[in-house]
Amino acid sequence: MFKCSLEKNQNLFAEIAKNAKLYLPVDNADGSASYGEWSEGVKWSDALNTAKSAKDFFFPQTEDLMGFKTIGKTIEIIDTRRNSEDFVVFGVRACDVKSFDILDRVFLTDPCDSFYANKRKHGTIVSVACTKPAETCFCSTFGIDAVSPAGDVSAWKTEDALYLQANTEKGKALVDSISSLLEECTDDAVNAQREKTAKIFDKLPLKNLSTNSFGGGKTMDLFDNPFWDELSSSCLGCGTCTFVCPTCQCYDIKDFNTGNGVIRYRCWDSCMFSEFTKMAHGNNRLTQKERFRQRFMHKLVYYPENNEGIFSCVGCGRCLTKCPISMNIVKVMKKIGGNKGE
Amino acid sequence: MQKIIGEQLIDKASELLSNGTVSCVLGWGLGEFGYDVTPTLFKSVEDLKKGFVFNDFCGANFSKYLVEKTRKLDGKILVFLKPCDTYSFNQLLTEHRFEREKVYVVGIPCDGMADISKVKAVTGEGILTIGEENGKIVVTTLYEDEPVIIDVEEVLAERCINCKSKKHVAFDEIIGEEGKVVESGRFDEVARLESLTPDERFAFWQNELSKCIRCNACRDACPACTCEKCVFDNPASGVENKSPANSFEEKMFHIIRAFHVAGRCTDCGECSRVCPQNIPLHLLNRKLIKDMNEFYGEYQAGEKVGSRAPLVDYTTEDIEPCEVFDRRDKNV
Repeated sequence: MFKCSLEKNQNLFAEIAKNAKLYLPVDNADGSASYGEWSEGVKWSDALNTAKSAKDFFFPQTEDLMGFKTIGKTIEIIDTRRNSEDFVVFGVRACDVKSFDILDRVFLTDPCDSFYANKRKHGTIVSVACTKPAETCFCSTFGIDAVSPAGDVSAWKTEDALYLQANTEKGKALVDSISSLLEECTDDAVNAQREKTAKIFDKLPLKNLSTNSFGGGKTMDLFDNPFWDELSSSCLGCGTCTFVCPTCQCYDIKDFNTGNGVIRYRCWDSCMFSEFTKMAHGNNRLTQKERFRQRFMHKLVYYPENNEGIFSCVGCGRCLTKCPISMNIVKVMKKIGGNKGE
Repeated sequence: MQKIIGEQLIDKASELLSNGTVSCVLGWGLGEFGYDVTPTLFKSVEDLKKGFVFNDFCGANFSKYLVEKTRKLDGKILVFLKPCDTYSFNQLLTEHRFEREKVYVVGIPCDGMADISKVKAVTGEGILTIGEENGKIVVTTLYEDEPVIIDVEEVLAERCINCKSKKHVAFDEIIGEEGKVVESGRFDEVARLESLTPDERFAFWQNELSKCIRCNACRDACPACTCEKCVFDNPASGVENKSPANSFEEKMFHIIRAFHVAGRCTDCGECSRVCPQNIPLHLLNRKLIKDMNEFYGEYQAGEKVGSRAPLVDYTTEDIEPCEVFDRRDKNV
């Protein structure tokens, strides 16, 4: 365990930024926070979390895959792949860190997605422990410990210092590169913070949310549950929940006509959209109820079925905050599964 | 703080359900934390008692739901509409989007709805309960020993600060007191943007629209957007885009949408309420409303069923197209 006085955090950021681009949560004018690139004077936000998740660093909303250019009757194929620069994402919460594991299982499994893999290889994650969770937090439901976050480096921010612990080779290299600003220390302060925060987590309103009714093998039990009609009844079919979600990973590949060529790019897609996975035979989900059900069945049944029981939700609570009609995974889980001990 | 309470609405809905006037009720459903209410269909008195709620967070405009619900459901639907919602209701009727006789409208007064992000700016995260006491919002949180007491005026949504009307323009009956069309400063921010130079204005909108994540929530919540198939969802249209391929497309979606709803937008403000990126989309619509008011005389979409919007009407007094150039030279 190492520590650095909070007064010196700008020096620390400067040191990290010498070797790699550094991104961290910064405050927006409207009171929200989002990831921004650090440069001298940029302040690290105190916000609990960013409005959009950290998945954008590895799986951006749009990404060029290749290009075509027509000259006369010939078509030139343009390779738009770029080797990512090294970068550091600082201040990622435990929920978002866990989301990378979930995305890895999709993108790094054979056939490996080279665009995603390249960014994962060049990105170093510095997580930070939570101290003031929101009412919408339920990461513990999915076994995530917000006071001991994973990542290449784990960090804890106390009133006067930042504590750092490297977890991986990449993390160790990062900590070594800033060692001139760090001093070794015991775990005492971090343990004290962990204990204090754990007591707050015990009081969270969603702490009893249960996954018992969900998981692999539950398709037949849940697919025709009559509650899907009621739950999806006022869904607008927008993509807000999927686009703010750190684990939603569906995308579409589109061609953009540039006038004298084509840019083939991929972009996030949403199972909430009417054109989602439309194929030659037509569309396989014709109603919003089917689309709505797909989203939650994917996170709570299909994904765990294919991934050793791991759920594809990290309890970050973004969909609870952002859904225009306040319908979300918690309401679905409670209606269909109930709370622990109920 | 709302002058009417949920119980009054539950009583009214129960009465209309029990006497067979309506077969279901479109109302607000209780959430987890008091502020996260969900538009919900209630089919029995028991359901209403269990889950119906009416508080300062019932901002959702139900008018658009009627397009789909009146087709799907048998019998009449009871819908509670706030004054601003009734303008959308009339506009949809003008466009023949649903059958009037399939709906029973109970107009309810509205004293302005709260914006939860403004509440959280005061209380911080960790809201456990939200209640009402002596006309104030009372919030208990994880981090404060004492409840936080807030004046609703401090946390009103932008569209409610600039409320244009407390009058119901459509109803079968009204609960509570009927209000009036009110003066508002809703065009002040538009006027401020008009006073900027074109470059400054461009920078303002570029900055705002670059935040867009193309979730389509603005379109999907918008009561004026009721196309069966939106051009942006239609692969055959040639302009379908699930996310902007470049910065031109980023702006195109919103500008096309604003033009498409021009003359039909009632300025209900749902677009800005639902935007997860807090883009002030209503300003695009208000700019067009302001322009139409100045060019063709005051017009409020949805005020009367069947009225012709200036853009689809012709009079010999209409302004000449050269106005475009005059305004450009004057930079407005």
